[in-house]
Amino acid sequence: MSDFLRTAVELQVQADAIGLGAIFALMAVGIGLVFGVLRLVNFAYGQLIMAGGFALAFASERGWPVAVGIALCLVVVLALSLAMERVVFRPLRGQSPAVMLTATFAVAFLLQSIALIWFGPLGKTAVSLAQLNRPVSVGDVEIRKITIVAIVTAAVCLALLVLLLNRTSIGLHMRAAAMDFSTARLVGVRASLVSAVAVLLSGILAAVVAVLLTVQFPTVTPTYALRETILVLAGVVVGGMTRLVSATLGGFAIGYVSGVLAAALPSGQSQYLPSFVFGLVILVLLLRPGGVFTRGAGTVERV
Amino acid sequence: MRPRALLQLAGPIALVLGAVLVGLSVSRSTEIYVINALVSVAVVVALYVFVGNSGVLSFGHISFVAVGAWAAGVLSVPEQEKPAFMPFLFDFLRDTTVGNVPSLVIAGCVGGVFALLVGLPLMRLSGLAAGIATFAVLEITNNVLRYYEKIGPGLNTFSSVPETTDLEQAAIVALVVIVVAFAYQQSRFGRQLRATREDPAAARAVGVSIYRQRLVAFTLSGFLAGLAGGLYVHFLPINVDTVYLDLTFITLAMLVIGGATSLWGAVVGALSVSALDSVLANAENGLDVLGRTIEVPAGTRIVVVSALMALVLILRPSGLTGGRELSFDWLRRLRPAREAVE
Repeated sequence: MSDFLRTAVELQVQADAIGLGAIFALMAVGIGLVFGVLRLVNFAYGQLIMAGGFALAFASERGWPVAVGIALCLVVVLALSLAMERVVFRPLRGQSPAVMLTATFAVAFLLQSIALIWFGPLGKTAVSLAQLNRPVSVGDVEIRKITIVAIVTAAVCLALLVLLLNRTSIGLHMRAAAMDFSTARLVGVRASLVSAVAVLLSGILAAVVAVLLTVQFPTVTPTYALRETILVLAGVVVGGMTRLVSATLGGFAIGYVSGVLAAALPSGQSQYLPSFVFGLVILVLLLRPGGVFTRGAGTVERV
Repeated sequence: MRPRALLQLAGPIALVLGAVLVGLSVSRSTEIYVINALVSVAVVVALYVFVGNSGVLSFGHISFVAVGAWAAGVLSVPEQEKPAFMPFLFDFLRDTTVGNVPSLVIAGCVGGVFALLVGLPLMRLSGLAAGIATFAVLEITNNVLRYYEKIGPGLNTFSSVPETTDLEQAAIVALVVIVVAFAYQQSRFGRQLRATREDPAAARAVGVSIYRQRLVAFTLSGFLAGLAGGLYVHFLPINVDTVYLDLTFITLAMLVIGGATSLWGAVVGALSVSALDSVLANAENGLDVLGRTIEVPAGTRIVVVSALMALVLILRPSGLTGGRELSFDWLRRLRPAREAVE
């Protein structure tokens, strides 16, 4: 136990865990934004990241400059997000959350199997940004550059998003729609615009995550980011879907906890990491079904 | 039993018997697809018992299929074959071998007990929390079965399990599962659970315990899923990835495409998607249609099934059958004039 604790508090482990938490937090925001406006849990979010990863790999295999690769990644992910919004999300507006979750589950498998046909099961490699994996020394700890880049990028993205939501009129519209969609429409919020912007922002975040993830895991396969998405979805629900802040904290928390556990579990048990993490998820859901980071208990409807 | 209720049972049974007739009249290699379809019927109807009657989404039912398959598989491999791919088994598992039918019963019981244990805490949840929690159960089950080699083959494939799941046995089990599901939904328990699905607040007001009714359905559904898992392991050499995300997806798709809120929908969905799936699987290996060979790339099956599922959800969220049981009321509605005369 003391070994466990000692490893857990090591700065190295902390830095990696926070780096993973930062990426998960970005994904959580992407999922939370769409949920806020459309009340839709997007299971296919990971496949957007997968598509972005393939775009980066495509560019890297042809030796294109990094900037072009990132631009291509952004274009692909945004096009796919908007198509998804138009073809799947919009017609499903107003359905029960279960129906929408199942539909995005189907979309996820659709995109995954298209990628399988297109690129094969072994996938492609994206290496343009591999130099970011080199460590830098901070004090007596070696931290990979990508960890720092991930944390800084996440912080910048979240700050920009907060500014957008709080300081612009479209941000105001989005917050209104998240609070009460039909009333917001009554007072002149344009439903399709708001949902398109939410999906667009969520797509930009997916592209950013694709860039950050491919640095750490350069082999892009059809199931790329699937594991991460499942974890983030769990984190978002555990944190509390009703508010963007609680969803983001939930995403960060599950990334951080899996990062720490992965390093601190004794080697004989490390293969059971998913069991520990999801066991924790169930435990927390039982204690706080409405979310850890939400205030007050949800009201129960009475007759 | 009233004729209407009888029709609701007769419809699904007739479909299964129809599938058996198809299976009897085709070649050995095509028969495999029919058996697979019947196993799918068992899994999907098991899933329906909980999801359909309660209206709560479960991503976790394939874990009950998995533990059922593990139980039946481990216990029915001949003792001398076990060390070959399961060298680390607990002694009592290593030294016990049971026959075909007992292994299926054990598979069902293991699935049911596991579902009961999982359901005791989890049935307090509903909505998204329930969806994620059942997903977590699937992840944990898969993770443990994958690495815990004292209770099964771990990452190895279940080889040398007697392949007893033939057309006859698959059909019998599918019929048993259908009859049990029907008896449950006609019972007091099933009706109370469906009441909580339609209006939780009103159901509570007339004294229905949502928690208890969901737990009953979850356990029964776990039992049936375990049974189907037993059927599965006696049919194909499966491994831990066979009973994971893909199977979760395809069975949910079958249920949703057919119509999640009726037994008729579950059976129609399972059989129609299986039929489509087999045609596409054949096409992936080259399909002869009128002398011309049609070939589609590997992986087309999931593309078509998932596109179909998304399409059904968008255009007709209640599924092909509209989520209703089989009835011929629509025939009467076609002839309104005559009805008026009567």
